[in-house]
Amino acid sequence: MKTDYDVIVVGAGPAGSMTAKHAAKKGAKVLMIEKRQEIGASLRCAEGVNKKGLAKAGVPVDKRWVSADIAGAKLVSPGGHVFRIDESQAGAEVGLVLERHLFDKAMAADAARAGAEIWLKTAAVDVIKEGDKVVGVKAKREGEPMKLTAGCVVAADGFESQVARWAGIDTSLKAGDITTCYQYRMTNLKTEPDYCEFIIGSVAPGGYIWVFPKGDDTANVGIGVLASKLKRPGDVKMYLDSWIKKDPRLSCGQPLEALAGGVSVSPPVERSIMNGLILVGDSARIIDPITGGGIANGLLAGKFAGEVLGDCVQANDFSERSLMPYDKLWRDAMENRLWRNWMAKEKFLTLSDETLDGVIDTLSTANVDKMSVHNILIAIKERHPELVKEFEELI
Amino acid sequence: MIVSIEKCMHCGACVGSCPQNAIFLNEIVLEFNENCNKCGRCVRICPAGAIEMEGKK
Ligand SMILES: Cc1cc2nc3c(=O)[nH]c(=O)nc-3n(C[C@H](O)[C@H](O)[C@H](O)COP(=O)(O)OP(=O)(O)OC[C@H]3O[C@@H](n4cnc5c(N)ncnc54)[C@H](O)[C@@H]3O)c2cc1C
Ligand code: SF4
Ligand code: SF4
Repeated sequence: MKTDYDVIVVGAGPAGSMTAKHAAKKGAKVLMIEKRQEIGASLRCAEGVNKKGLAKAGVPVDKRWVSADIAGAKLVSPGGHVFRIDESQAGAEVGLVLERHLFDKAMAADAARAGAEIWLKTAAVDVIKEGDKVVGVKAKREGEPMKLTAGCVVAADGFESQVARWAGIDTSLKAGDITTCYQYRMTNLKTEPDYCEFIIGSVAPGGYIWVFPKGDDTANVGIGVLASKLKRPGDVKMYLDSWIKKDPRLSCGQPLEALAGGVSVSPPVERSIMNGLILVGDSARIIDPITGGGIANGLLAGKFAGEVLGDCVQANDFSERSLMPYDKLWRDAMENRLWRNWMAKEKFLTLSDETLDGVIDTLSTANVDKMSVHNILIAIKERHPELVKEFEELI
Repeated sequence: MIVSIEKCMHCGACVGSCPQNAIFLNEIVLEFNENCNKCGRCVRICPAGAIEMEGKK
């Protein structure tokens, strides 16, 4: 069995698969290891993404992994005010709800077609270092311990972000920067089949409740609550269940699937590279701190990482200096936006239900034709400049 | 730390939140290592309420 590669990718999520694909395309010998028995399962996602994010990462939309096309979004305040964004005029940038278990497999299949090897049921359990350089991972393949060596290891292990921490890059989070989530796939609902809905305020402290349509009368109905706002174990599920019971469009539904998960809502990591190691996707904490969306960012970071790794293979140099272009590429593409949205999150956290009602009420007259955090912040800046003054230069 | 295998949904939220990086999710089995300092964060974070501190009820 071959145990030495140019690049070893740990984790076969969207970020890992994109890295593997682009590195292999440039001629790197790539192994991607995934600890679970199936790529894309079990689900830990609400599956919303916008077409622009996919396009930026060079991923053409394939109907086979699209669950629903979105016509717009509704932002609902605690008192029931609704800010509606109709995307019908917005052209190619509108949202999609994915079928993640198919999407993740499609991304991994692209990596395989580019030449990457994939091992399932293979968990990284530690990194191997020589001095300050990562030279491989200790892994368990179907329980059997082994050492895998590589020019560069890619930490694509998602929210768990253990590979980076084993190597010495601190990606640990404060409680105020973690959202814990619970979601049902529900059916027999009476919600709108093509609108994504976001319900904010004390019904989901520090986070929101979402309804993302999955076609017909089915939707992902979930909640994220900021960890620092949790009092008792299991609170997050309690918040979701009590909302569902109260909302007659949801209380008539029944669950088909339940899932849980953690999401970072932090500023991006200070270090995304070291000698022989590169961090992509959730493991680098590049999730949008307002929406909790990480698919598009992970795909783009993976593309950058794969391309840079391809160049490193040709130069046979995986030093931090040689990986630096990756750090610059992703920071140029998203760091300002991540900081801005983190600051917005910190601010909105402090607002009472009454203030949120007022904000959504005045926004409902605004004409926003694309549902992006940026567009919403622009509308807030026009109507409530006091809410964004700490970070207005980033809007 | 005690994990209820009936409640655990294998989501990894506790793993990524543990300040000590002391938890490992082996597909569906949670393993805690000696770096755990019993800070209790994972107990609070777990969306399924599946973790308990030993000796506490
Ligand atoms: C409830 C919930 C709802 C969400 N909703 C949305 C949404 O609507 N839109 C959006 O854009 N984002 C959403 N996100 C975030 C999104 O799921 C992530 O940003 C995205 O999956 C990140 O991709 P990734 O490739 O970085 O990591 P992941 O998709 O998490 O993939 C990491 C992979 O690494 C594997 N792995 C971990 N450790 C190891 C190891 N030691 N050895 C081998 N393999 C390992 C895991 O099994 C996993 O398959 C949501 C997250 C949650 C929890
Ligand atoms: S957070 Fe809870 S449900 Fe998720 S893996 Fe840990 S113990 Fe299991
Ligand atoms: S108690 Fe604290 S240190 Fe121990 S496993 Fe839980 S989060 Fe980690």
